Amino acid sequence: MFVAKSIAADHKDLIHDVSYDFHGRRMATCSSDQSVKVWDKGDDGEWHCTASWKTHSGSVWRVTWAHPEFGQVLASCSFDRTAAVWEEIVGESNDKQRGQSHWIKRTTLVDSRTSVTDVKFAPKHMGLMLTTCSADGVVRIYEAPDVMNLSQWSLQHEISCKLSCSCISWNPSSSRAHPPMIAVGSDDSNITYSGKVQIYEYNENTRKYAKAETLMTVTDPVHDITFAPNLGRSFHVLAIATKDVRIFKLIPMRRESANSSGPTKFEVQVMAQFDSHNSQVWRVSWNITSTLLASSGDDGCVRLWKANYMDNWKCTGILRGDGSPVNGSGHAAALSAVGVPVAAQMVVGAASAGRYFFPHLDSPRAGSRLAHLLPPPSLIEQIYEPDLSHAPQIRQRHTANSTNQPTEHD
Amino acid sequence: MEEVDVEPSTTLIPGAGFYQKHLGFEWGPGDLIVYETNYKLQGNESCSPSVHIVRRDEDICSPILRKLFSESHLIFVGLQKIKEDVPSKNKKSQFVSISKNYRSVIRACMEELQQNAGKRSHDTHPVSILLAIELIWNLCEVLFIDAAPAGSLLLQLLDWVRLHKSDVDAKAREVLQSDSPAQHQSYWDVVISLVLQGRTDEARQVLSKQASLRAESSSVFKRMDGLLQTMPIFNPTGTQTLTEFEVKWRHWHEECDRCLQDNTFASNRHLETICKILVGDEDTLLEQKELLSTWYHFLVTRLLFTHPTIKPPDLHYYAQSSMNMFLGPRASPEPLDIILLSAFEFDLHQVIKDCSIALNNWWFVAHLTDLLDHCKLLQSHNLHFGSNLREFLVLEYASGLFTHHSLWQLAVDYFDHCPEFGRVYLELQIERVPLDTERKAIKVLRICEDRQMSEQVRSICKIMAKRALRNNRLGSALSWTIRAKDAAFATLISERFLQDYSNKGSFTDLDLLDNLGPAMLLSDSLTFLGKYREFHRLYGEKRFSEAARLLLSLMTAKIAPRSLWMTLLTDALPLLEQKEVIFSVDQTYELMSCLEELNSGTKHSNLTDQDEDIESTKTELLRLALARNLTMAIVKEGTIET
Repeated sequence: MFVAKSIAADHKDLIHDVSYDFHGRRMATCSSDQSVKVWDKGDDGEWHCTASWKTHSGSVWRVTWAHPEFGQVLASCSFDRTAAVWEEIVGESNDKQRGQSHWIKRTTLVDSRTSVTDVKFAPKHMGLMLTTCSADGVVRIYEAPDVMNLSQWSLQHEISCKLSCSCISWNPSSSRAHPPMIAVGSDDSNITYSGKVQIYEYNENTRKYAKAETLMTVTDPVHDITFAPNLGRSFHVLAIATKDVRIFKLIPMRRESANSSGPTKFEVQVMAQFDSHNSQVWRVSWNITSTLLASSGDDGCVRLWKANYMDNWKCTGILRGDGSPVNGSGHAAALSAVGVPVAAQMVVGAASAGRYFFPHLDSPRAGSRLAHLLPPPSLIEQIYEPDLSHAPQIRQRHTANSTNQPTEHD
Repeated sequence: MEEVDVEPSTTLIPGAGFYQKHLGFEWGPGDLIVYETNYKLQGNESCSPSVHIVRRDEDICSPILRKLFSESHLIFVGLQKIKEDVPSKNKKSQFVSISKNYRSVIRACMEELQQNAGKRSHDTHPVSILLAIELIWNLCEVLFIDAAPAGSLLLQLLDWVRLHKSDVDAKAREVLQSDSPAQHQSYWDVVISLVLQGRTDEARQVLSKQASLRAESSSVFKRMDGLLQTMPIFNPTGTQTLTEFEVKWRHWHEECDRCLQDNTFASNRHLETICKILVGDEDTLLEQKELLSTWYHFLVTRLLFTHPTIKPPDLHYYAQSSMNMFLGPRASPEPLDIILLSAFEFDLHQVIKDCSIALNNWWFVAHLTDLLDHCKLLQSHNLHFGSNLREFLVLEYASGLFTHHSLWQLAVDYFDHCPEFGRVYLELQIERVPLDTERKAIKVLRICEDRQMSEQVRSICKIMAKRALRNNRLGSALSWTIRAKDAAFATLISERFLQDYSNKGSFTDLDLLDNLGPAMLLSDSLTFLGKYREFHRLYGEKRFSEAARLLLSLMTAKIAPRSLWMTLLTDALPLLEQKEVIFSVDQTYELMSCLEELNSGTKHSNLTDQDEDIESTKTELLRLALARNLTMAIVKEGTIET
């Protein structure tokens, strides 16, 4: 693996989420600076920011794209207790010339009384449906009955999970044998004994979601949860980020009688469990065909996990920050200069890439220890910032930090 | 099947991990986005402003390797077509020739890379990887695919060593082309190298240069020439049996030994060395380390002069000992050495596993495993997961291809030949192919249609329709919607067409509307749109009575939405006003009842007074025209034609 490109995202605060669109040609970023930015990949392979707007009045936790069948639609959720749906409209010609696009707010979903911690669109075969979960322990499922009118959303279901919710994941299976299913994770640390992953299933007869399973073995706070694509199998695979990474297999058990209307019961098996992050794991995510699982943890690493043909799981790659205070803009310029000859990157590859691009930090084991030895950030920027026009603005941000300690939003 | 525990490689992200300790990430097609973040804090924090794109599959990008991918794709597809019913004897030769084809593609690629190496020096790295790949493949071909028996086995191994130690030829040429070859400093190196590779004829030729110079010792040279000339070489196609060859070879070996005992070559240390090599003296062979350069060359040379009729099962013993002798007790073998050793041990699974770890290149393991699987070599090892291993590797390789903007098309064929998960993988991957242009969308669509992937077909058409509608290209939107068979969307677009018509007074995309055919049955609105356009066409062609009949049927068959009846009736006005009678008595009655039905319905309360005035005027005009037409029609129909 190698860093092919670095993009100066230019958010004024922490980035909380980055989301690719379905085809991987666009991406959306969201941040504590309350804004969302949309980036488009040009024909030259470069990423350009085509829109940036204030979306919420608090940190934006997550941003996600709807399936392109529904047009260019984004949803975001925030600390400000709302989720919002955004649609791109075809702008006026001078906007296009400037490479800018227009996003308008179609709706604000205000049902939650606490921070909305996750937002996900349901699988497209269910129509245009949006799900949120919030710290007050409620999962809400909204539907846009008319896909041409995104300003009308009706709250279809409210599932009370009794625990503060942190994450949700839809089962992507479109098989008729599998009713719609959603997994909810909780990071509630007040209650230590109960299972932190609940699985709800839609019941055709009652037209309601009912709890099908609680993973009783997961009692530590859960930060992220994600179903793998079904691949035509009869069982489901669910990855969970808690104090470690866990992969569960949910095998639907045969119903006792054909007309029993209760929710499906599952046989739950642990397929794999990795504690290499040494402590809390914050995100887990599958690649398109679920041959790889990535996880991010307190050790500051992203780890890639892969099963071989015998279903033995192993870590196959690690991404880690080099701990250097490289300035964004100067750094991006340095990279774009060498970004074109791909062959060069092929050879340099993997671990050596960082050193190749940053000769002034030519210590192979720089790591985080070096970070403590380096002078304060503002000094570094003066030394390494080739383009001084950026410097004042950035330094301003640092001074702002020192006066304004992390006390955001009550 | 012990897993080799390899420490995963770490990729450093520049500028991350300084302000904040967490790395956020997002999967993309073929890459991974990472950024610095903190999952415990809410904001007002410094953080690295960059988002980094980390690519996984490095080889896919290389333009020269692209040729390797596209050419081997053809061989792969050809291999899948070899029929089951061909007798296995004929198959083996087919498989060997396929293996050779693969290798020649690797060789061609290597040569191209070497040619370019002058221009771009950093490309040497892939050359060495290709070199290793070809070396391993060739050995696997000899040992597994061709499965040479005793006798021919050594001959093939010799060919293998000769092919991969070709610098001897260059050196020999240099020596022979010099002014006085015999005086050249590399002269004896060349002679000995040739002997080590069992190329006795060439060695004799080079030796003759020296012999002609040294008359005084010509008898010694003649003796060596004799030894080299009489060295028996097994001929697998001849009539000689292996036992006959062994007898002959032992005889020759004793003669060499005798020369050594007699000190025949004591006068010339070089010839003495050669003679020691001929009797297979291990110490002497090990002294030639530099000329041999690898332990496997040493192995083959050692076998050539000690066990020319080596049987495949005995190979591993000599391989292990040769490696130990050559590398010495302290040296640790490289991954390539381990892979070759596993091959000599006939441990196919270990070869494949080690290759996939060491080479980080799915191309090689996927194609080799596929070929070995066709040779039925994997099943015999382990019935349970033999075919899964093949599919697993082919799926990995094809998934890698799919991340490339043009190579993904090759991957489709690979997925097609994975019976278990190929289709699901293809479904997941193909719907992610960016539909940049209509042409590309049609290309993707055709692949899906050929495989009856109806959900993907529908989705692609829907995406394209949605995009066209967004850009106000109604015609394109409609044709994609028809392909998607999306009734609701077809209704929506039809309404947009009619809206457009009522604004502009004319239809756009006439070609499409005139040629809807049975597609117009997709939705009622679309049917009406198609029929209504047909009415306009008939009217334009002055086929008034047909136009009138169609117009009327649109209302009586309830195809036209009620909201458009007034428009339709207004359209009837010019037909009613024609000199000639177009609407018959019955038809006029029907028109009248339509008009009355429309007026008897609830009035729109939101109409302004002015609008209402216009509506009532229209109704009055229509009533008048209908009445006049009725009169004319009654008169016409009542008149008996004579």
